[in-house]
Amino acid sequence: MQSIKDKVAIVGMGCTKFGENWGMSFDDMVIDAVYEAYEDAGIPPADVQAVWIGSYWSNLPAPSQPLSTTLKLDYKPVTRLENMCATASDAFRNAAYAVASGACDIALAIGAEKLKDSGYSGLPTDDIAMGLVSTAPNTFRSRNFTAPGHFAMMATSYFNKYGLTPEEGRTLLAKIMVKNHHNGTMSPKAHFRREITVEQVLKAPVIAWPLGLLDCCGVSDGAAAAILVRKDMAKNFKPDPVYVKAMQIAVGPSEGYMNPKHDWTGVKETYRAGQAAYAEAGVNDPRKEITMAEVHDCFSITEAIVYEDLQFSPRGRFKDDVEAGTFELTGELPINIDGGLKCFGHPIGATGLRMIYELYNQILGRAGQRQLKNPGLGLAHNLGGTPGGATISVTIVGP
Amino acid sequence: MVGIKSYGVYVPFHRLDRTEIAKFWSGYRVPGEKAVANFDEDSVTMGVEACRDCLLGFDINAVRGLCFTSTTSPYAEKQSAALIATTLDLSRTTRTIDVSGSLRSGTSAVRVALDAVNGGGSGDFLVCSSDLRLGLPNGSKEMEFGDGAAAFLIGDSDPIASIDNAYTVNNELYDVYRPVTDQFVRSWEDRFVREIGFMKVVPETVRSAFKEFGMGPEDFTRAVISAPNPSYLGGVAGKLGFDPKSQAIDPLWGLVGNLGAAHPMVLLAAALEQSKPGDRILWVSYGDGCDVYALTVTENILSVQGKRSVERMLNSKSSTSYQKYLRWRDLVSFEPPNRPREEPASAVALHRDRKCGLALFGSKCTECGTVQYPVQRVCMECRSKDKFDYYPFADKKGKIATFSHDSLAVSPDPPTTLAAVDFEEGGRIMMDVTDRDVSKIEVGTPVEMTFRRFRQTGGITVYWWKSRPVR
Repeated sequence: MQSIKDKVAIVGMGCTKFGENWGMSFDDMVIDAVYEAYEDAGIPPADVQAVWIGSYWSNLPAPSQPLSTTLKLDYKPVTRLENMCATASDAFRNAAYAVASGACDIALAIGAEKLKDSGYSGLPTDDIAMGLVSTAPNTFRSRNFTAPGHFAMMATSYFNKYGLTPEEGRTLLAKIMVKNHHNGTMSPKAHFRREITVEQVLKAPVIAWPLGLLDCCGVSDGAAAAILVRKDMAKNFKPDPVYVKAMQIAVGPSEGYMNPKHDWTGVKETYRAGQAAYAEAGVNDPRKEITMAEVHDCFSITEAIVYEDLQFSPRGRFKDDVEAGTFELTGELPINIDGGLKCFGHPIGATGLRMIYELYNQILGRAGQRQLKNPGLGLAHNLGGTPGGATISVTIVGP
Repeated sequence: MVGIKSYGVYVPFHRLDRTEIAKFWSGYRVPGEKAVANFDEDSVTMGVEACRDCLLGFDINAVRGLCFTSTTSPYAEKQSAALIATTLDLSRTTRTIDVSGSLRSGTSAVRVALDAVNGGGSGDFLVCSSDLRLGLPNGSKEMEFGDGAAAFLIGDSDPIASIDNAYTVNNELYDVYRPVTDQFVRSWEDRFVREIGFMKVVPETVRSAFKEFGMGPEDFTRAVISAPNPSYLGGVAGKLGFDPKSQAIDPLWGLVGNLGAAHPMVLLAAALEQSKPGDRILWVSYGDGCDVYALTVTENILSVQGKRSVERMLNSKSSTSYQKYLRWRDLVSFEPPNRPREEPASAVALHRDRKCGLALFGSKCTECGTVQYPVQRVCMECRSKDKFDYYPFADKKGKIATFSHDSLAVSPDPPTTLAAVDFEEGGRIMMDVTDRDVSKIEVGTPVEMTFRRFRQTGGITVYWWKSRPVR
């Protein structure tokens, strides 16, 4: 099996402000993100040869065809796809594979989501998600499903397995949220840009015990886009293109829902996608070789467990790294440098490309106040589904 | 010898102290508690629970008939008995019958079962009564009515109590009634209801029955008389020559309330649980007439009393509030949560899923032995395809592997307790935990399966299973 390493380059990216974009439609956000990417790559729209757009809840059931109308694409192929909350990452993957195959030279990947037109707080229709957790489709024979309810079960299991009291465990998780909020204050495109304290996190209303309101990411609108080209063409667009080093997705067979061997203190899909991506990129010691990461902090416990699944922290020991500040902006391995889902919110179909956008800007030295010194390999971890049955993408990019 | 081979009872976990109701309305105080079905229960789910208890240790393939009786069946047109038979995994050729419309429907169905069994060749007959009746808020019926269910297995071999005699009269009277268009039970003026209804019909019928049976009050260890309240019971017991303190007692009214059609059934089960071989029981139920039976307890009682169903159901309980009761019964309009309307389930999909969804069958891989729910055509462990036997989960016990208490999930009883349930004999199902005390749920808490109502959309009620801490 060949690797995608160094076959594809990112030469342009765009991203809207994430947030409650009351004044912008799905199409408005797509246009803004895509035209920023065109401008960044310095290409006219007509040069794009194929488009993949990821969206999960927006403009259903047919976002592909209208997209050509929105962007006035020149009779080019457009495909809409979804892969849960990792949808944008999969759009990126499809575009990257198309370029790597030589079937097209310039491909456009878009991720976009309009959640705030729904009139609901939280995610719009449970019934779509219900198909994921119902024992049989269309019967609605299912547990009462919400995302925080499922992720909170990881916290319960983790605290129990490693002997943390709820207070100890929640305090550790709160520190992760405080870190991300601090980073987010330096991100102009973030939804939330304010510092929070551990005390505020602990005292926030309980959403799904043991998680409180500030353990959860927000619900936002947003769009992001990337233009990918063949490696040998890359320098025609940019002197310093960003290269794709690995792009792996692992979709689990929902063992966590059915198999008692799965103990909810890890997400096997993250581990497997991470292993595959490290192998593809030639990474032997991720803690040392990865210089920065954007990970899926939909909930505080999710980020904590990612540290262990991606082998940044030893099993059961994320505590040590949180207390040592390893993943802070000034730490050994900065994680969620832009503030993560915690500050950007989570427009389902857009998040994966927003993560890559941050890594891309860091490598290009465009990250402003939160710019790291000489970033090398960057990793984006995007989680779809729930801990018991997930879709995980791990993307590694680098100079 | 024809009689009752087994009994099963179900009383909901929640109790409402009657003084709570009185306090809310600044009304008169009535002693005792009433059993209150949770928001996810109805007469069918309670009936299923009682039947499961009744059939514990018995061969379900010998059950050739199932009669479900209630005044509060969820459907006016659609049989509850067929739904319950499927849920219990009874044979497709089991006769299913619904009997409704009367508080006497349970005891009348017992007569049907007796006739069927006496007719020969029909095997055992399961009779189930379940009721969840509503009285208007701030009324005496609301105070008195409780929710519950019971089931008896009627057969012609090895009864725990033989049914020796039966006598019945029917009686046309507007004393207690509810048109199909109404939610709440009505009644005529209490003096008329008492004097021309219960206090007249019951003594007359029992006296006629005594004459026909050739027996009198002195022949019975106990008189199990289903009365709407203790005052009626005391009155009629005295009239008939029973000692109200020793022979004709009703332990239920103060503990769980008047259980409607299920009341005479649960009352008899409670009496059987306290009986010795040789005890003779007079069993009387009232409603649009009166049914009278004479029973003799046999040696077999000793083999089933160990499960202590009534005692367990009465003792495992938790207090709830009147506010919750109003919400669970949809008696107050609440501001709806800001969430999308629920989509209706597909009748087609429900039909395909009836064995797995209603009877809670998963699969057991015949290659590697791994059990899994729902049925996996490709085994999650060894990946072999279509090599499985159906595997029942409903009777299995489990432990909570992990859980959360979700306040965001829409529920009439927040927070929703969600758990990964690991079964002692293998397998895991993700399930809600119902009838729980939030503060007592831990990793490792033992749970059992309970049949519950889920969403109701487009006239279709979706039933499935939840876990509950072992009662």
